[in-house]
Amino acid sequence: MNIVVLLKQTPDTESVIRIADDGKSIVTTDLKWIINPYDEFAVEAALRLKEKHGGTVTIVSWGPQRVVESIRTALAMGADKGILIDDNALDESDSLGIAKALAAAVKQLNPDIVLCGHRAVDYDHNQRGPMVAELLGWPHLPLALSMECDGQTVKIERPVEGGKMILSAPLPVVVTMGGSHAVWNPRYASLPGIMKAKKKPLEVKKLADLGLSPDECGGAAAKIKLVGLERPPERKPGKIINGNLDTEGKARELVRLLHEEAGVI
Amino acid sequence: MAESVCIVAEYRDGNFRKVSFEIASEGRRIADALGLKLYGIAIGSGVAAVAPKLGHYGVDKVFVVDNPALEHYNAETYAPVVADIIKQAQPAVVLLPASMNGKDLAARLAARLETGLAQDSTEIALSNGKIRAKRPLFGGKCLGWYEWTDGALVMISCRPNVMSCLTPDESRQAEIVSVNATIPAAKSQVLAVEMDTSGKIELTEADIIVSGGRGMKAAENFVILEELAKVLGAAVGASRAAVDAGWRPHSDQVGQTGKVVTPNLYIAVGISGAIQHLAGMGSSKYIVAVNKDPDAPIFSKADYGIVEDLFKFIPVFTEEVKKYKSTC
Repeated sequence: MNIVVLLKQTPDTESVIRIADDGKSIVTTDLKWIINPYDEFAVEAALRLKEKHGGTVTIVSWGPQRVVESIRTALAMGADKGILIDDNALDESDSLGIAKALAAAVKQLNPDIVLCGHRAVDYDHNQRGPMVAELLGWPHLPLALSMECDGQTVKIERPVEGGKMILSAPLPVVVTMGGSHAVWNPRYASLPGIMKAKKKPLEVKKLADLGLSPDECGGAAAKIKLVGLERPPERKPGKIINGNLDTEGKARELVRLLHEEAGVI
Repeated sequence: MAESVCIVAEYRDGNFRKVSFEIASEGRRIADALGLKLYGIAIGSGVAAVAPKLGHYGVDKVFVVDNPALEHYNAETYAPVVADIIKQAQPAVVLLPASMNGKDLAARLAARLETGLAQDSTEIALSNGKIRAKRPLFGGKCLGWYEWTDGALVMISCRPNVMSCLTPDESRQAEIVSVNATIPAAKSQVLAVEMDTSGKIELTEADIIVSGGRGMKAAENFVILEELAKVLGAAVGASRAAVDAGWRPHSDQVGQTGKVVTPNLYIAVGISGAIQHLAGMGSSKYIVAVNKDPDAPIFSKADYGIVEDLFKFIPVFTEEVKKYKSTC
């Protein structure tokens, strides 16, 4: 089975995010970079498919050279090869531009299935999977909590507000992962895995290698732009309910404050 | 030249989801500011019966596609049908719900219509006739403002429970246009639907959330939070630590990986306040923290802090809430 994972590198979720002087980008020095957690679930799901059906897992990512480290991590987990689309023309692209580049890379690989996170924990655009599916003309199964494949059809369970659904689609298909670490439990890279990963093929491509021009998917083609960043409103310092009260006293005082001061109960 | 603002309503199980009325109300405000008409798109199986409701929220004209083939949301059937109506309606702005299916549809439409999309927006502003949309980034650690290039169709999905809803005016009638659309065949299909009938409140739609973390120590201890939640009419959430420990289902997880929530009241119990959790609940209107460690970072975000053993405090607090409720 020919499996592709679309992987994004994001700042660690434990990172403090600071706004840069230009007011529309973040300070990236000192950030720890990780595989977007939902994409890490996709790597795990891809490796399980490979274990069952055989084949290859190809990681496709985009961004600057620092992304190589995340691709190597996925290779150390057990993926077979990596492709990094490193082209400055993508710096100012919108989600559709990125999706076009990814779809072009996917077409060259001609896979049976494409997996990625349903969102990324940085800019949270929530567009990559469905856009790539639309551009390829493939079905898309979103928010997967589990995935089964018999070699022809993929079946997933997904949440909807107030319940869940079971969906299926024939290959080729795009599946985006939902759930959490507890659901997918992505494996750690083993030491031998890390050693092997260093020798696995990792190709760097430019847009031209994908048959694309910056006019189609670069900043010039972007229809939407991030124009400014703001910090969320600061919370006023709160109060610790104490006043030498016993447990009952504190509970009563909290009820009173929630009713009289906050008006929320 | 654009003639309209267009909203795509979300219909499920015989009615529109509430967020549909929120985007209709927001759409009305934008249409008035831009001097445009407000159109609605309502598609689904049986949707014609409720389509006039959109008129009560200020929609001038509703395009209805009522077809049994549209029983369940499927991007392969919904996206082409909605895209064709959007092309016909010539909107300057399209609003969709940022629900699970709404976000999927919005992304497919943006690719199909070759435009830019701002998902999960919490505010839409207008300056000099130009639209800007604000959305939380990095799980709410910062907020980003987005703008569209001139002439581009503005597509925005709106976070549920954020945009204020107009009071429905039943004297307002929308023109109903029944569209005879060809529904394309879909490759993917729905095999089963299982709705939770326990009356559990959806985290992202809850007014009050009681959330437990590592301090809960075991799955069975969550019963004290469920008891409190029942008395408050609240949903129960959890930190990543509690979900990773297997004490709670992943759907309860609040944080940067998990759900970003904005209830009126968030009660964090035995949660120390890891930065990725704070990002997911930091925009709640009021925050209460219960933790025995006075140095827990959660207290820096809390409006009201209780330094106590949660196993001692929560049952007493639940009793006090019960007493208070019985006097209302």
